[in-house]
Amino acid sequence: MKKTLKPREREQLLGTMYGGPMGLWFTLFFTVPLGIIILYSFMKRGLYGGVEWEFTLDAYRQMFNPSFAMVVVRTLWISVLSTFLCILIAIPCGYAMAKSKHQTFLLFLIIIPFWTNSLIRIYAWISILSTEGFINSLLMRIGLIDSGLKLIYNNGAVVLVLIYMYLPFAILPLFTTIDKFDFSLLDAARDLGATKLGAIVKVMFPNIRSGLSTAFIFTFIPIFGAYTVPLLVGGKDSTMIGNIIVDQVSKTRNWPLASAFSMILTLISLVGVFWMLYNGKREQMQKGSKKTTQQALEHNIKAHHSLRGTK
Amino acid sequence: MKGVEVNVQRVSRSYGDFKALDDVSVTIKKGEFFSLLGPSGCGKTTLLRIIAGFDFPDSGSVEFDSKNILPLPPDKRQSNTVFQTYALFPHLTVYENIAFPLRLRHVDKETIDKKVLEYVRLVQLEDHIYKKPSMLSGGQKQRVAIARALINEPSVLLLDEPLSALDAKLRQNLLIELDQIHDKVGITFIYVTHDQSEALSVSDRIAVMNKGKVLQIGTPYEIYEAPSTRFVAQFIGETNSFPCTILSCEPYEEEYLMRVQVPALNGEVSVTDYKAQPVGTQMDFTVRPEKVRISSNPPRSTVKELNTFKGIVEEPVYSGFQSKFYVKLDNESSTLVKVFKQHTAFLEDGPDIEWKDTVYVSWTASDGYLVKDTAR
Ligand SMILES: Nc1ncnc2c1ncn2[C@@H]1O[C@H](COP(=O)(O)OP(=O)(O)OP(=O)(O)O)[C@@H](O)[C@H]1O
Ligand SMILES: [Mg+2]
Repeated sequence: MKKTLKPREREQLLGTMYGGPMGLWFTLFFTVPLGIIILYSFMKRGLYGGVEWEFTLDAYRQMFNPSFAMVVVRTLWISVLSTFLCILIAIPCGYAMAKSKHQTFLLFLIIIPFWTNSLIRIYAWISILSTEGFINSLLMRIGLIDSGLKLIYNNGAVVLVLIYMYLPFAILPLFTTIDKFDFSLLDAARDLGATKLGAIVKVMFPNIRSGLSTAFIFTFIPIFGAYTVPLLVGGKDSTMIGNIIVDQVSKTRNWPLASAFSMILTLISLVGVFWMLYNGKREQMQKGSKKTTQQALEHNIKAHHSLRGTK
Repeated sequence: MKGVEVNVQRVSRSYGDFKALDDVSVTIKKGEFFSLLGPSGCGKTTLLRIIAGFDFPDSGSVEFDSKNILPLPPDKRQSNTVFQTYALFPHLTVYENIAFPLRLRHVDKETIDKKVLEYVRLVQLEDHIYKKPSMLSGGQKQRVAIARALINEPSVLLLDEPLSALDAKLRQNLLIELDQIHDKVGITFIYVTHDQSEALSVSDRIAVMNKGKVLQIGTPYEIYEAPSTRFVAQFIGETNSFPCTILSCEPYEEEYLMRVQVPALNGEVSVTDYKAQPVGTQMDFTVRPEKVRISSNPPRSTVKELNTFKGIVEEPVYSGFQSKFYVKLDNESSTLVKVFKQHTAFLEDGPDIEWKDTVYVSWTASDGYLVKDTAR
């Protein structure tokens, strides 16, 4: 007997089929490598790279080294600060773009940097910030300073260049959500007594939350794994987790340790994502609890009505 | 009386070369239900936005109770607005939307609950306070917007075509509710609409606008019965309007009786007006269709105050409580005259008039009026 499918079942089947290639791709090139990394992190280190097939927790033990802990902490604060500043700068940018008559042109301007290799752009920053670089020579020419300021090879330079690199990833999602935002709501908020800033914080931000979370994920995760920027514009105290991984793979050839750090990277990124998702949930839960006070209010009204009805 | 007097003096606002408002002056009395009426694009919203503080005039002044408010930002003005598109906050529930202005002012929770309750009841939304705006019908959204605008107890409520998105039946009901709310809260209402029937039915006074100018300000009765320009006459209600020339003018009771030459009617017409017009003046003669009588036989009276024309029914339009007739005059002009005939008791108003019947249309001199022809 030939089984006929209901439309919904057919749709589900089709969905699975469409998802197939994508699923295969991710399994092959994402999940499998991740599995390998997890596996490697529990192996014994091979002498010239690679691993020996012997289970050990050595890699994780090595991680509890104060100098490594410092790096993890530093990576965290640099990422959080850069992400925060990125979004802070991106919000007014997205706002201005959404309001502008020249949206296409401005979008174009944001895309332009992507035409150039990121390494070249970092080198451009080096030549801007270095002791004989653009800024210093300009300031010296004006006569504001006598000798070059130390603008590069420190954490400040790392944060600056990271912001520069990842700003577009914050602006684009924010722009798209702000563009969809109904600006007459701001007028309404102002009309009801909100200040300019109050209207933006109380009415615009809650309505562009999806853009804010996307901007957060798009900037935080790549910044957290960054290694070229701290390598090229950072000082000796600017090492981030990414740098350790590169070092462990290519120089020290401690693959299990590199894998263990990758695990940390992945886990903290995941924590970031889950924290955001949880925040969304919590907001909904708060809504739920508010609902109960409102239900109480509603109850009051009903009671009021029945009272009047009996009179 | 609560509310303030709103005094708009000589306000102009241009966008480039385009004058959205051109020397507009209106004084709206304390507690009045005042309508701004005009076709789309005539500058109503612009004027309202200037009063609310979202836009600024190039020149002129706006005062609340003789206090200049132009320097004040919107949040410092005693006005609140019901926006054309409602502008409810989508992330907040009905309750939170209405409580929004109070929360901004950090009013304590109990007072908020009490006041929200009061206003929710005023607009009859008791059953919907926990809903998000997306779950509400158009009429409910509109009520939320009204409650939210009223809860701050403004002195002026500005309403920008608040009913335009609703169907005719609901519009009528909400209009009546709005009028009742106005009676209850007693503040000044400035109501923008392009629908003349809305404006006529609830307003204390109306300002008719066109192309950025105020053409006439008056009570609904004055606007309807004594329009000052051809535009007003044609915009408010339906009318028959023809260019004419004054032939003679003589005192008549307390007014003046004039004979005017109307080329479109191919004849002369008697009309009375409280204002004498010099002989030879070019004006517009106007008579409302419901003031014109239609009959199969010529009217018995032949006094000179009665204007009678013979014609053929070109198109009868039955519309329930009344019929409209387009009567083609039986002379060289072939002008169509619009006549509305109320249906009163069945068969009481004589034999039915049908298509191609020969009929007589007539009206008395006092039912017609002369208006300035602004087009000339
Ligand atoms: N920001 C602007 N830039 C240019 N022109 C504008 C602007 N705002 C309004 N206008 C023009 O001013 C005129 C009046 O606009 P307004 O919104 O006041 O019309 P309205 O009477 O409210 O019409 P409607 O009944 O359609 O709402 C319109 O012709 C409009 O095109
Ligand atoms: Mg408008």
